[in-house]
Amino acid sequence: MDIDVRKTAMLARIALTDAEAAELQPQLSSILGYIETLSEVNTEGVEATAHPHDTAMPLRANVVTNSNRRDALQAVAPKIESGLYVVPKVIE
Amino acid sequence: MAYQSLSELKTRLDSGETTAVDLARLYLARIEAHNETLNAFVHIDPEHVLAQAEGSDNYRKKHAARPLEGLPIAVKDIFCTQDGPTRCCSNILEGFEAPYDAHVISKLKQAGAVLVGKTNMDEFAMGSSTGTSAFGPCRNPWDIERIPGGSSGGSASAVSAALTPAALGTDTGGSIRQPAALTGIVGLKPTYGRVSRRGIIAFASSLDQAGPMTRTVKDAAMITAAIEGHDSLDATSVADAPAVDWLGACDKTDMKGLRIGKPAEYFIDGMNPEVRKAVEDALAACEKLGAEVIDISLPHTKYAVAAYYVIAPSEASANLSRYDGVRFGHRCDNPQDLLDLYTRSRDEGFGSEVKRRILTGTFALSSGYYDAYYLKAQQVRTLIRQDFAEAFEKVDIIATPTSPVPAFKLGENMDDPLTMYLSDIFTIAVNLAGLPGLSQPCGMVESMPVGLQWIAPAWKEDTLLQAASAYESATDWHTQTPSAFGGEA
Repeated sequence: MDIDVRKTAMLARIALTDAEAAELQPQLSSILGYIETLSEVNTEGVEATAHPHDTAMPLRANVVTNSNRRDALQAVAPKIESGLYVVPKVIE
Repeated sequence: MAYQSLSELKTRLDSGETTAVDLARLYLARIEAHNETLNAFVHIDPEHVLAQAEGSDNYRKKHAARPLEGLPIAVKDIFCTQDGPTRCCSNILEGFEAPYDAHVISKLKQAGAVLVGKTNMDEFAMGSSTGTSAFGPCRNPWDIERIPGGSSGGSASAVSAALTPAALGTDTGGSIRQPAALTGIVGLKPTYGRVSRRGIIAFASSLDQAGPMTRTVKDAAMITAAIEGHDSLDATSVADAPAVDWLGACDKTDMKGLRIGKPAEYFIDGMNPEVRKAVEDALAACEKLGAEVIDISLPHTKYAVAAYYVIAPSEASANLSRYDGVRFGHRCDNPQDLLDLYTRSRDEGFGSEVKRRILTGTFALSSGYYDAYYLKAQQVRTLIRQDFAEAFEKVDIIATPTSPVPAFKLGENMDDPLTMYLSDIFTIAVNLAGLPGLSQPCGMVESMPVGLQWIAPAWKEDTLLQAASAYESATDWHTQTPSAFGGEA
């Protein structure tokens, strides 16, 4: 299986060094080649499993259960200001 | 005393023969003496451990002891804990301190346990050797040149060398059972949905499940009883799961009337022949205890690894998109723009195995490939579930080897990801089907422990515990300890 490592890495938002990309190319090809054994299996009409048990998701009452923990949650952010996350300028 | 089981230690605490503080000191001393060699713990705060132990001793003076009162339990670095760092053994979480406790951590605290520290693991639980940890590899107490298995290798190594009497791990494709097998301890993966996943750093959400790693089957039951139960904040935790008599199941000493399935696909050429013999000997012992061993077939077994390496990386690629350098975790220096911030922070923060899996998953989910990969794998997953459903019409439980080989040497298979992936061949199908599984020691090969894996129908953890308890009562593999770390204290 040919995989465009650079394109896939960009979709995954990972900047690879050239050395990393060169190492990953054959590894990913070999993994995907192995995965292709799945094509031997006849799955016509077989339902896909999304959850291992046939159970419905439980519902809870539509009431507020959490409190405002903004400061605690933002304490681990790399950069904040006035309760906002700071990132490089997006629009010129 | 260090090598005593959790239930033996509980008896000593209840009788007043020892205290939680004494136990905490005992295991802290062993960690101090041996962790440099084993690298089983990545975070220890002795003062905090002693403070918890003192709190437990004080609680006991005033109240009836809670189920795990004063018992030391270590937890894998994947569990969010409010009182210290949580890194998932990744550089992308350097400096991260979780703003809340995982549900199972709260449950352990409510049960009176003393949390000993965070254990080493493969980065984001992606691996079978604990060799991908940002804190460096963990070692197997039976031979420090060998891996302890993974991804919960730190928990396994710590219990095996009695640096703690018990630990929590997580299991996405075998990450509790395989390291338990390779280090000669018991590991239980509960039925998917039995234990809340809230606050467990997500790897593959439809597969992840937490469970205990212990010296004995009863110890595993004690911990599972404390951590299981519905959590309204985890939509995949099942609200009406059938109840289990956790401790009662462990009184079983025979297997009369038990029908054990022996699947042909788990006893194959290419596996270590001595491992195969050890497990077949264990099945012969089960027959002596009154069980009937029945040959069965799980025909889609050979596709389980391929299906897993589509499903798990796909879910991981989505789950790990949250590490963007904005809200928490590592951010690169001097980002030029937002895209540069994302791509460089992630490249710097993730290790190579994590990148490999994110890329595999991203590819499988990308436009034009979704049907051929992700949808196909989820269909094969249905067929694997059906294999088990059909088998459980004929048998009560299934027995297999946990791992096809004993622990390999450190560094082996590290440059060949596919070979590493195939080492999970006997544990992965259980996760795909959401079933409970247990590994217990059943022999020694190359002076290294071998694991016997039990697989039961969904919600039938009691069947697992009954079979494993009966086997344990008739054999002494679980009493063997690694000599280099034994006999002290």
